[in-house]
Amino acid sequence: MEKIIYMDNAATSWPKPEETIKAMAEYFHSIGASPGRSGHRLSLDAGRVVLDARESVSELFGIKSLLRVVFTKNATESLNIAIAGLLKPGDHVITSGMEHNSVMRPLRVMEESGVELSIIPCSLSGEMDPEDVGRHIKKNTRAIYLTHASNVTGTIMPIAETGKIAREKGVIFCVDAAQTAGVIPIDVEEMFIDILAFTGHKALFGPQGTGGLYMAEGLEKEICPIMTGGTGSRSESEEHPDFLPDKYEAGTANVIGIAGLNAGIRFVRSVGIESIRKKESELTAILVEGLRSIPEVTLYGCGDAKKQTSVVSFNISGMDCARVAMALDEEFNIMSRPGLQCAPAAHRTIGTFSAGAVRLSLGYFLEKDDIQAVLSAVEKLVQR
Amino acid sequence: MMDTKTCLVLLFDSASEALLAEKLFKRAGISYKIIPVPRHLSSDCGVCIRVFASDKERARETLDGRVDIRDICPID
Ligand SMILES: Cc1ncc(COP(=O)(O)O)c(C=O)c1O
Repeated sequence: MEKIIYMDNAATSWPKPEETIKAMAEYFHSIGASPGRSGHRLSLDAGRVVLDARESVSELFGIKSLLRVVFTKNATESLNIAIAGLLKPGDHVITSGMEHNSVMRPLRVMEESGVELSIIPCSLSGEMDPEDVGRHIKKNTRAIYLTHASNVTGTIMPIAETGKIAREKGVIFCVDAAQTAGVIPIDVEEMFIDILAFTGHKALFGPQGTGGLYMAEGLEKEICPIMTGGTGSRSESEEHPDFLPDKYEAGTANVIGIAGLNAGIRFVRSVGIESIRKKESELTAILVEGLRSIPEVTLYGCGDAKKQTSVVSFNISGMDCARVAMALDEEFNIMSRPGLQCAPAAHRTIGTFSAGAVRLSLGYFLEKDDIQAVLSAVEKLVQR
Repeated sequence: MMDTKTCLVLLFDSASEALLAEKLFKRAGISYKIIPVPRHLSSDCGVCIRVFASDKERARETLDGRVDIRDICPID
C-alpha cells in the first residue's frame, strides 16, 4: 500500500492510537451490553466503561464532579444543547467572527426567533480582542459563545481573558473546544468556562460519534435538553429526569465509541498534552516557514506556531483550492481539505470567502519527513 | 442491637450515581454489592448498593458532597 500522508486531522484525527482500537474491540468482545438499564453484570460493566470515561474527561478538563460530564454524539450536538436549550427570545448573545457553523447556524436559527446576536469582528489573522467582547455586553446579554481555536487558521482565542470578563459581568461563557481538546490544556475553573463543548474524534483520538458537554453547577436548571426519552433512571415516571447526566443523555449510549474515547484520552494523558503540543508546534513551524518561502503561496492566519494550533490554510495564486487539494491527493498521496471548512464566517474574516483555501491540519503521528513531502509537493504544483 | 450482618440499601437517582458510589466505596475499602432495586422499595428498574448497616456512617461520609443518596432503606 502506498504511504498516505494524512493532513486532515482538524476534520478527524487519523491514524488512531492502537489503544483506541483495542478498547473498542474489547468492549465488543467481552461486554457488549447497554449501561444503566438492566442491572446484570454485563450492563454494570458497560456502565463502568462509561463512568470511567466520564472520569477521564473530568480529569482532563479540571471538572470537579464527573457526573457533570455529559456524552453526546459530537461537538455539534453539545453546542446545539448549549444554544437552543438555553436561549430565549429577547436574549442577547455574543460570538466571534471566527466561528464554525456548528455555533453560527444554531445562533442564526435562534436569531429568527428573537435572539439578538453580536458578532465580534476579528483581525485578518483571526485574532480577537477580549476587551471588544466586554464592550458589547449589555443588560440582556445571556451568553458568549467562543471557539477555543479556529478550524481555518488555527488561531487560539483569548479564552481565559474573555472568561474573566464574562464572569465579572455575570454572563454565561460557552467554549467550543472542538479544535483544542487534547492539544491545548483546558481547565474549566481557571478559564472561567461555564459550558464546554468538545468532540471525541479529533485530538482526543476517539472514534466519530463521540463528544461531550460540561456545564457548571446549576446550569442544568436553565438548559433544556434537545431530546428526551429513556434514560434507565426513574422508569416509573413519564417525566424526563432533571439531573445530570441523564437529562441530556436520552436513548442508548454509544458505549463502544465512549470506550474508544476513554482510551484516546488516556493516550493523550500518557503522552502528555505538553509533549503533543510541542511536537505539533514544531511541525507547524516548519510547514509555515516552508510555505512562506514560496512566493506564489498566500498563507493565512497569524503565521506563528506558538499562537495557533496545527491548522495551516493557504492558496496558490491562480489555482483553485479544490484543484490543489485534488492534485495533492491524487499525485502526492496527501490528504487535505479545500473550500470553506464549514466556517464561512472565518473565511469572511480572513478575506477568502467564497473562494476558500487549502487546509493542511497536522497531527501527533506526522513526522518532519511528511512536512518536507508536502512542501516539495506544493513547490512542484507552483511550477505548473 | 444491630448485628454486623444487617444490611441497608442505598438508593440513587441513576445508575451513573450508583456506579460512582461503587467507585468511591472501592477506593475507601467499604464492602458493598450492587443489586437490582427491590421492587417493594421502588418501581424503578435500576440498581442500588447494599452495604452492611454497621458501615452506614462511613458510606454516607464517603459519598458526602459527591453523590446524592436518594434514600437509605433496611433490607432483609
Ligand atoms: C471549531 C469547530 N467547532 C465544531 C466542530 C464540530 O465538531 P463535530 O463535527 O464533531 O460536531 C468542528 C469540526 O468539525 C470545529 O472545527
